[in-house]
Amino acid sequence: MSDAQPTSALLDVRDLEVVFTRKDRRDVRAVDGVSFTVDRGETVGLVGESGSGKSVTSLAIMSLLPDRGVRVGGQVWFDGDDLLTLPKDRMRDIRGQDIAMVFQDPMSSLNPVVPIGIQVTEVLTRHQGLKGEEAKHAAADLLTRVGIPDPNRRLKEYPHQLSGGMRQRALIAMALACRPRVLIADEPTTALDVTIQAQILELLKELVRDSDAALVMITHDLGVIAGLCDAVHVMYAGRVVESAGRRELFAEPRHPYTGGLLASVPRLDAPRGAPLHPIPGSPTDIRPWAQGCAFSPRCGNRIDPCTESPPALEEALGRSLRCYNPLMADEEVPA
Amino acid sequence: MSATADPTTRARPDLASTDVLLSVRGLEVHYPIRSGIVFERQIGSVKAVDGVDLDVPRGSTIGLVGESGCGKTTLGRAVLRLVEPTGGTVSFDGIDVHTLEGEDLRRMRRRMQMIFQDPMASLDPRQSIESVLTEPRRAHGIEVGGTRTVPELLDLVGLPSSAAWRYPHEFSGGQRQRIGIARAIALEPDLIIADEPVSALDVSIQAQVVNLLEELQDRLGLTYVVIAHDLAVVRHIADVVAVMYLGGIVEQAPSDTLYAQPFHPYTKALMSAVPIPDPVIEDTRVRILLPGDIPSAANPPRGCRFHTRCPYRQPTRCDDERPALRELAPGHTVACHWAEDIAAGSIAPQAEAIVDAAVDEQPPEFVPVPGEPETTTLGPPPGI
Repeated sequence: MSDAQPTSALLDVRDLEVVFTRKDRRDVRAVDGVSFTVDRGETVGLVGESGSGKSVTSLAIMSLLPDRGVRVGGQVWFDGDDLLTLPKDRMRDIRGQDIAMVFQDPMSSLNPVVPIGIQVTEVLTRHQGLKGEEAKHAAADLLTRVGIPDPNRRLKEYPHQLSGGMRQRALIAMALACRPRVLIADEPTTALDVTIQAQILELLKELVRDSDAALVMITHDLGVIAGLCDAVHVMYAGRVVESAGRRELFAEPRHPYTGGLLASVPRLDAPRGAPLHPIPGSPTDIRPWAQGCAFSPRCGNRIDPCTESPPALEEALGRSLRCYNPLMADEEVPA
Repeated sequence: MSATADPTTRARPDLASTDVLLSVRGLEVHYPIRSGIVFERQIGSVKAVDGVDLDVPRGSTIGLVGESGCGKTTLGRAVLRLVEPTGGTVSFDGIDVHTLEGEDLRRMRRRMQMIFQDPMASLDPRQSIESVLTEPRRAHGIEVGGTRTVPELLDLVGLPSSAAWRYPHEFSGGQRQRIGIARAIALEPDLIIADEPVSALDVSIQAQVVNLLEELQDRLGLTYVVIAHDLAVVRHIADVVAVMYLGGIVEQAPSDTLYAQPFHPYTKALMSAVPIPDPVIEDTRVRILLPGDIPSAANPPRGCRFHTRCPYRQPTRCDDERPALRELAPGHTVACHWAEDIAAGSIAPQAEAIVDAAVDEQPPEFVPVPGEPETTTLGPPPGI
């Protein structure tokens, strides 16, 4: 393991590996060698279905996984430090201050018996040493900034008194409190209605633009990725199967899984009656990576090598791709 | 419909036909709000559904879209009388469902079934699939042979017949939803109300279930009411889409027409908010951002329900006169006073509601002053 950060990127995740171990059970390899970088002012998307390891990746970056029963490998470079080897108190300083996170379900990430105001000022008190009136003013400013009307009243209210969109805004306000340099958003809009989702996405976009922060967007919604991210990493069964700039990815998906995902979502602008091509099987039909490609049981492009050895993530066709038999241009997505 | 143009399109039923299976008139569901400890009294009501008219032609699919709290689920349940409506009528095949009682109602229920959102929560974990699928028959006292057998049902929804002896936890989400669908068609109903049939499923699985629903409709001649918040799914599956806002239908049209020319400002905003998985389109489309949240149904705004968030709000009529549904084009009804003017372009939306994605390509110069509290509002304008 080298001591210096290998690249100049703000956040550099290298060969991240998370294994859940349980006594007398087989180990579960949730994240299996994931690497990506995010730079200032850049938005990177991690897409995948349930069980693809995208949320565990974010928890591992933040060192939020429990100590027992989990083995985390690889490196997470941030500002010259490997976050995975930092002492706990140093990590506590960075978490919330330099790297912040927005979770999916605002109701379960806010403390239901503590007023919003105390929860927002806690971040400011812990990291910036603000006290009393000063902290309160700063908190009210933050709520205004994320578009919560009447912030002074809202600060005294409890989470259940706020609507879903408002709670998610409060959570984003807490994440933004210390002007983090990296923001990790784990399905921030999944629990919300589309019109509220549009508001939140606009807010995140402006944040990246105005404060030059790096944003890691974790979602299963390809539409959200299409409008927001610069680079996209598609994950399947704990590994990245395709990484590309968003325009290349959407214009010419090369991995059969990416292509299958795009062909299976009904699009609002597609001619009506256009048939949907679902991916057969379910995300639980996974071949262990050790025995070949995990997607091969569901893949229409499967050839012999796919079931013999795992494909490597290689530079091909202008992107990183983990596939023996990628989709070619103008090729119909196999049904 | 335009079924002749494309051979892959499914044959669509004739929407102008007068063969209406389900007809809803002025349906209201008001939940009472009570207060008091010793003497409980009603202090108000939540108007979950407030005056809805809907016609469902036989063999067609009607989609109900709207955000959470708009009353779409309550409407579906009131039609089946799973909640008791407080006003209006529902007639099914010419029979007023709300006058039925006891045995007559039970017999009517056989013809109307429901598919639920969460397949795990709507299946009993201790009941084998065989038992799940024969229970409707037992409940309605139908002898073996009167309906499809369990293997036939499983085959219809694309599951192996060996599934009959297994339990819900042994199946994946998509397979569980197939079981829910098999249960709904077990009694050979005429009408199926599907409440968010795919929203709990993984993206790659949603299409399987959507395709299955369409296939079953073709094979069994079912009539669907599909309730969903996902406009893209509803547009794909439905012949006619009704958009709901705060207890009422604000716009109803054949789904192609609705997409090509939405009249109601809420429909416009809803459509522009749905992300499209195509960066080229996402970068150029103009978004209408609605400020704030959906108001409380316990205290809905006077006049047009949408006027508190409407970017096209006018100084007159909007705040004091509730617009009725008017037919602007054949089969296309809208509840907006100013629909014609908005369509003609003579009423422009408020500038701050419009987000032009194209400007994002050239970010404006913005240097945050360190230490100074920021006053810029990033979200929609406050105070609305």
